[in-house]
Amino acid sequence: MAKTLYIDYQKCTGCRLCELVCAVFHDGISNPARSRIKVMKWESEGLYIPMSCQQCQDAPCMNVCPVKAISRDEELGRIVVDYDVCIGCRACVAACPFGAMNFNAKDKQVFKCDLCDGDPQCVRFCEVKAIEYLEVDDMSIYKKRDAATRISVAGKEAVALQAAM
Amino acid sequence: MPLDRKIAYIDLTTGDIQTKPIPLDVRKKFLGGRGLDAYLLYNHTEKGCDPLGPKNTLMVSGGILTATCASATARTQIMANSPLTGLLGSANMGGFFAPEMAWAGFHHLVIKGKAKHPVYIYIHNGEIEIRDARDIWGKPVTDAQWAIRDDLGDQEVKSCVCGPAGENLVRFANVMTGIKNSGGRSGMGCVMGSKNLKGVAVRGTMDIKIARPTEALEYNKRFIDQIVSAKVNQTQGVLGTPFIWGATNSWGGIRCRNFQYNQCEYADDIEPERIDEICEETMGPYHMTGCFGCQVHCRAQYKIPEGPYAGVYDEGPEYTSQGAFGGETDTPRAITVLTGNHLVDKFGMDNLETGSLISWAMELYELGIITSKETDGLDLRFGNDDAVIEMIERICYRKGWLGDALADGGIAASEKIGKHSFDYLIQVKGMSNLHSDERATPALALNIATGSRGSDHLRSRPAIDLYHLPEEVLRKIYGNPVSYDGPLSSEHTEYIGKPWQVFWQENCYMGVDCLGICKYHTTFLGATLPNFEDWSKVIYYNTGLEMTPEEIWEVARRCNMIERLFNLREGLTRDDLKKGDMLNHRYFDEPCRRGAIDVVGKMIDKKKFIKMIDEFYEHKGLDQKGVPKPETLEVLGLENEPSHLV
Repeated sequence: MAKTLYIDYQKCTGCRLCELVCAVFHDGISNPARSRIKVMKWESEGLYIPMSCQQCQDAPCMNVCPVKAISRDEELGRIVVDYDVCIGCRACVAACPFGAMNFNAKDKQVFKCDLCDGDPQCVRFCEVKAIEYLEVDDMSIYKKRDAATRISVAGKEAVALQAAM
Repeated sequence: MPLDRKIAYIDLTTGDIQTKPIPLDVRKKFLGGRGLDAYLLYNHTEKGCDPLGPKNTLMVSGGILTATCASATARTQIMANSPLTGLLGSANMGGFFAPEMAWAGFHHLVIKGKAKHPVYIYIHNGEIEIRDARDIWGKPVTDAQWAIRDDLGDQEVKSCVCGPAGENLVRFANVMTGIKNSGGRSGMGCVMGSKNLKGVAVRGTMDIKIARPTEALEYNKRFIDQIVSAKVNQTQGVLGTPFIWGATNSWGGIRCRNFQYNQCEYADDIEPERIDEICEETMGPYHMTGCFGCQVHCRAQYKIPEGPYAGVYDEGPEYTSQGAFGGETDTPRAITVLTGNHLVDKFGMDNLETGSLISWAMELYELGIITSKETDGLDLRFGNDDAVIEMIERICYRKGWLGDALADGGIAASEKIGKHSFDYLIQVKGMSNLHSDERATPALALNIATGSRGSDHLRSRPAIDLYHLPEEVLRKIYGNPVSYDGPLSSEHTEYIGKPWQVFWQENCYMGVDCLGICKYHTTFLGATLPNFEDWSKVIYYNTGLEMTPEEIWEVARRCNMIERLFNLREGLTRDDLKKGDMLNHRYFDEPCRRGAIDVVGKMIDKKKFIKMIDEFYEHKGLDQKGVPKPETLEVLGLENEPSHLV
């Protein structure tokens, strides 16, 4: 089964190393404007949310493409752009509900997350594990465990509170 | 070669803007960041220029590695003639400003003149514009940054600004970026304010070429693994810098009640674990945040839990705020530290200087040197939390006699107060010491006495001296990249070999400041962290510039010497208590009253201390007056300064 990026924004420290290594890995250049992932920030609240391609099953970018340059790579579970076919109309950029399809004005090309062909650099460099590369069908298990932990802690606290009273 | 970065010269009086590339020979001599800034300062300011006048020059820069694929290249350097000391003014801060400035096309700014009305500078993809800031003037640090974003209609803009303290010419006002990152020593925000410059805003999407991208990426990974494997950085990542205060306070290396004690008792409420608890309660389990590209994430997020500022978001508190508003003033209450920390962030002023001066004033008040007449009725006794908070605001807005006096810095205030008040002021070169007490650690005492910007831990502190590392380990660290076969001692209360350690650290810290990376990524708190040898590779992979570790060491020596030349030109003399490499008499006369067995009773032996300075000068190539020998200048290629290469 294919893997995908699992982003837990609460763990993100906002350092943007993912943006840096993404650009250097793909383009050999440091420039966050070339990054496939971007950390959106609300500094006054201390809130940082990394945004990247969700590799949607029913991908709007793929559906909207007038020349069918965008397709699904089942092996790596990703949406890919065929640059030989792409006409650079940016319809995909407009259609993506996550802002994950980008356009580079210098190279005059759209670009998006390609999961670094199976070794995502953002995951590799994120020491706090705000971004992980997980089996698609395992993702909800992690969320279940987190939620269950919270319920368990809350339960214990309620018992302790009752005992104290 | 990817090193195609530029300097911009901006004259605020005339509005004239010029840009120039940084020549390669200048790069090789001064690398970038603080080193190149020191060169620019020496070349672009006249002797004795008024720090608050239009002729003072303000440098804002990133290092040679800023915005490359090296780890934690977040630091922004700021330099000018200091309005606090009249000597070298230099500060640096983390955050996201310098990398963004690099993507906007510039690595160095040289700002001169004075604008007719409040302005800010906007740099966008190679274009520089001076914009009206009259509506932004008066706003606190964060509000000002958000107002700049609104003015430009771009929420991705990063800016560094001065706060109300800078506008009010508080001599130790900060330049700040983001919520917390502070260029916080020697009054660089005051220089901004004096130029009617509210701040510099940057936004860039320009490419920074990487010479060897694959190697740079892989080396960065190795570098990060090394950084995060250090226990000290793992602890920083959980408890933030407060853990340092906790450790040194329990041992007895913290100033309390100005300089009367070296340990703050009953400090449970500001212990790092307690601070961490508050952060967790108010921000959740993941409450650490980091600067650009840094995996140490040493800064906590919190909301003030109670009091008049309840619910306000801020970051920190750094250990410096713990020391400034908890330890020194003997007000070890979390609410005071968190509120004090927030106020200095909001006003944009140096927490170290502010806390030190308040605790000094408290000692004067208890001694009767100042009275309720000078404090306008404020009961300025140690332990009075409300008085600490009140004084922060009074200093920022120059309210009352004492608020106004302290806003001019310790030495100026002591001249106003008179009555031996100067004898109680813990400072070097006019800049207050941080919250630490160095009486049991001669190496650290030598560091604060000889620091180029005044009493400070970030210029040359051999912090690892406290770890009692075996001598062969010390030799390995301190014997590279140039050999050293003189004495070294693992004992932190000793005087032996310490001058070499301080000299080595001075060059190491100048190195990181030229590179633009954080000191937590080098031999500062962790003995296993990278230095010269690794930098040689990182510079090569990222920029293509070939520099041996020895050559980087030479650059660091050269840049430190330029700072020395500047200070000498502006009046530094060796034994001058106000402008020299000398400590307050209390270090030599008053023994430590608290602390562990290796601390209590300790003070600095003046004879041995003076011998250490002699030796330190010898290592640096200075004569016994502290002036560079002609042959030293020749070796470093500084015999013709100012040389006006850029």
